[in-house]
Amino acid sequence: MTDTTVISTEGEAGFGDYVALLKPRVMSLVVFTALVGLLVAPVPVHPVVGFAAILFIAIGGGASGALNMWWDADIDRIMTRTQKRPIPSGKVGADEALALGLALSGFSVVMLGLAANVAAGALLAFTIFFYVVIYTMWLKRWTPQNIVIGGAAGAFPPMIGWAVSTGGISVESVLMFLLTFMWTPPHFWALALFMKSDYNAAGVPMLTVTHGHDATRRHILVYTVLLAPVGLALAFTSIGGPATLLAAVVLNLMFLHGAWTIFRRSTEQALADGYAAEKRVFRFSLLYLFAMFGALLVDATLRGLGWDVMPWL
Amino acid sequence: MALTRLHEIHARRFGRNLGVGLCLLAFVALVFGLTIAKVSGQGATEGFDHVLRPDMVPPAAEAPGE
Repeated sequence: MTDTTVISTEGEAGFGDYVALLKPRVMSLVVFTALVGLLVAPVPVHPVVGFAAILFIAIGGGASGALNMWWDADIDRIMTRTQKRPIPSGKVGADEALALGLALSGFSVVMLGLAANVAAGALLAFTIFFYVVIYTMWLKRWTPQNIVIGGAAGAFPPMIGWAVSTGGISVESVLMFLLTFMWTPPHFWALALFMKSDYNAAGVPMLTVTHGHDATRRHILVYTVLLAPVGLALAFTSIGGPATLLAAVVLNLMFLHGAWTIFRRSTEQALADGYAAEKRVFRFSLLYLFAMFGALLVDATLRGLGWDVMPWL
Repeated sequence: MALTRLHEIHARRFGRNLGVGLCLLAFVALVFGLTIAKVSGQGATEGFDHVLRPDMVPPAAEAPGE
């Protein structure tokens, strides 16, 4: 008998490690866009119900993040950027992530269905399914268009927020979906251009790797052009108004200018100035989405105050 | 024998238990708040309580010829 005790720290994760499984940074975008979708909808929601709904949407988004980390643990181990995630760093077991993800998925869907309505719960369930099965398991490792389809999963939250309030889907909620959906590819590919990553080693087809930087620059321009009419169309729906119209015109012109600059540059030029233009467009794209949804909130506030600035709408 | 020396793992375990406990408490508070919000949103509710109350009986239509 010895007087030393070996305590295995396996499976003894701290609370924060489980929180990290839920991808809190992605959650903030989910919370913001879902909140806008809920607030701009024409049917008022009781504040407590609205708060609970946003919380359950966030938990559902976090659950899909945990399931994503469970499935992608093998490639997360290879890529430097993701090696510190809870599973590859050995803090949380893969089976624990699976259990937490499944439990929180079921919990959030049922609770959202009970707190709000069945339509919102069903949309959340579909979002989780789409992100985990369609994107993570199927498309991510199969096609360089993975970002385009994966963007759909991140675009659903405003539709869920809208469904919490109205109990259904409408032109306005589909346009809010399209705004994030079309925004994701140029946003992500701008990042992929300047971020040195090891997707290749992990076997994930990334457009910059499979088709090269010039093709990626073309793709950024095309998707930015396709994005522009979505914001403009939103301004002329029942949730639009002067703020949305102004934001759509100014922000789209700036984004298009950035995408055009990226398109005109060569890899040599980009290397010469350390990808300055690409980095600028990436930072601007974050502001773009935030400001567009913020403009919808401003217009909702104006309507709430009774200022009918564009009565012809 | 009582556990005398605390290992770092015990602090981690405590933090986890505390976190789960606080989450459960928050969930209880949330369900309570939802209940209040949903019930008060329906307006005053009146039901049959084993005793006939005249104000619950719908007013009878006046018989013709009376």
